[in-house]
Amino acid sequence: MAFDPLVGVLLVPAIAAALLAALPDYRATARLNVAATTLTLACALSLFFRRPQPGPYLLIDDLNGTFIVLTTFVGFTTSVFSASYIGHELEIGRLTPPFVRFYHAMYQVLMFAMNLALVANNIGLMWVAIELATLTTVLMVGIYRTHEALEAAWKYFILGSVGIALALFGTILVYMAARPVVGEGLDAMVWTVLVKRAGAFDPALLDVAFVFLLLGYGTKVGLAPLHAWLPDAHAEGPTPISAVLSGLLLNVALYALLRFKMLLAVNTAALAPGPLLVTLGLISLVFAAFMLYRRRDIKRLFAYSSIEHMGIIAFAFGMGGPLANFAGLLHMTMHSLTKSAIFFAVGHVAQVKGTQRIADIGGLTQTHPVLGWGLTLGVVAIAGLPPLGIFTSEFLVVSSTFARAPLLAIILVFGLLVGLAGLFLRLNGIAFGEPRGANAEAQASYAPMFAHLALVLAAGIYMPPALVAWFQNVAGLLG
Amino acid sequence: MSRIDFDIAHLLAGLLVLISFLELYQDRLYALLNVFALHALVLAASVAWQAFIQDAPHLYVTAAIALVFKAIIIPVALHRIIVRLGIHREIEKVVGVGPAMLAGMGLVALSMVVMLRVTPGADPLAREDLAFALSVVLLGLLMMVTRRNAVGQVVGFMSLENGLVLAATGAKGMPLVVEISVAFSILIAFIVIGIFLFRIRERFDTVDVQALDRFRGER
Repeated sequence: MAFDPLVGVLLVPAIAAALLAALPDYRATARLNVAATTLTLACALSLFFRRPQPGPYLLIDDLNGTFIVLTTFVGFTTSVFSASYIGHELEIGRLTPPFVRFYHAMYQVLMFAMNLALVANNIGLMWVAIELATLTTVLMVGIYRTHEALEAAWKYFILGSVGIALALFGTILVYMAARPVVGEGLDAMVWTVLVKRAGAFDPALLDVAFVFLLLGYGTKVGLAPLHAWLPDAHAEGPTPISAVLSGLLLNVALYALLRFKMLLAVNTAALAPGPLLVTLGLISLVFAAFMLYRRRDIKRLFAYSSIEHMGIIAFAFGMGGPLANFAGLLHMTMHSLTKSAIFFAVGHVAQVKGTQRIADIGGLTQTHPVLGWGLTLGVVAIAGLPPLGIFTSEFLVVSSTFARAPLLAIILVFGLLVGLAGLFLRLNGIAFGEPRGANAEAQASYAPMFAHLALVLAAGIYMPPALVAWFQNVAGLLG
Repeated sequence: MSRIDFDIAHLLAGLLVLISFLELYQDRLYALLNVFALHALVLAASVAWQAFIQDAPHLYVTAAIALVFKAIIIPVALHRIIVRLGIHREIEKVVGVGPAMLAGMGLVALSMVVMLRVTPGADPLAREDLAFALSVVLLGLLMMVTRRNAVGQVVGFMSLENGLVLAATGAKGMPLVVEISVAFSILIAFIVIGIFLFRIRERFDTVDVQALDRFRGER
């Protein structure tokens, strides 16, 4: 049988997880972790050239292909960052070797779960995968076992499971809507079948289903007012996990929502999901932008910034149409790259300073120039200043909105400006001014951070036509 | 479908809602666990009945899991944890019994209104099963919100999950998800009981979530 890259994307992390759980040595396992994510990335890239036919369980098309490449790429760079981060945590005794072993195994399980959620052609399978991803991240958030970490993990667990439960109810309702049309059995849960036949589904049932799915997966996306778990989970877990949570897991949940949105779009009698997404997106954006001002913990600060950006992305997809979808996709990609780069920087900052309190961090550009300027560049990017990639995508979101709904665009711009000011207010104290706090030597691996930032910068200056065409194609699929 | 099949399925699903109400006003942990065991027992009976009338033998597996795992193993294990950890036996509630019951009734009415209105075309059994299931889910949520103890919240979550199983088995011919979701509910229960409670006990003197809340927020 020929090698199937689609299976490889799933099999590599699964095997790696088993191996990592069995091997004791930290250095070897950190390298193995990197090797596994590299291999997964290679499999994901080869999906561009060899695309298997969709089966009843697995599916690959242009939409999830984009997500998979992004996921495996950030997974790969994060594993490189994680190797140096975890080495330092072991040195200072915050983690013990058994926990590192557990951490590495869980990292691969998480990669497996996210990939599975993306390639699933079956709404039940997708739900299971997202649940698995939630459980692994709960365990990793609680890994430091401090009061705060346990509280964060508990909160995340409770809110995450409630969300996941509501999503399952929505999934069951979709099946109920599909059953009279498609017939009983496996077919009534298969994407490719559902999308083709969704026009004949009972619209009322589909509406209720979407509300549950929006509440359920929306909790995982971190849309306000369902976001309560997100800042704690980001702040208390190991920083590589914050990077993966922000950069990837939120996207995976959003992907699930987008799939169901496509389903509703086919059915003309069902409610339009767009306005719901637009509303939640704007609430998240404005709320999170104001929350940026009073943050005292650096990881919490960027967690709120993630809520803000997920709000923008949800808003863009909610507006719909080729241009807004294009902007949403681009923004999602840019946000994943930038936010994980920022968390790479923040992880090392927290290590050299020995604290996450913003008040105890100052003058980074003087004491640790590479780290400080890297963080500054990251914040400039995430705040949406030109010429970086996020400026391009935010500009597209805003301009496409101005053309269609000027009133909404005003709220959008207001939220963006408030967020920008909030970020710079905080950045000023962190990166510039008198050096404050401890001054340990940085043992950092800067490569992942600068690789991400370079990509974001490149995308802001020049987007290759092939990439533009690709995104346009995917935006067209989203309707 | 004969009249009696429908009636029994209806009876069992309705019982489940009723027992959810019973859980709602328990103020002692042991009593709560006993009622939860009863909840799981009725769920097992309901799933088994669905398996019988739908002629779907794989649902018997789900019923067996509900019976053995949820009705016996989990309550016994939680019992032992409570004894071993010396947890306070009273459940601290956020709101009193009266308002909680009223809110519960409101939620049941809501789920009836929503589900019965949107599914006029579906077959009556699936339709009413779904309405009951949504009631159980919402009551489970309410229970999680009104409890302060970690154990109380876990029980709330498990009864919420019972509602999901009821919905999944009521949807005729739903593939694969039943088994997988049940496997996952087991996993969740394991994680909750094994890791969280023990870790929380390790660091705190109570398994009261309020103790966690003291550490909430910014440092």
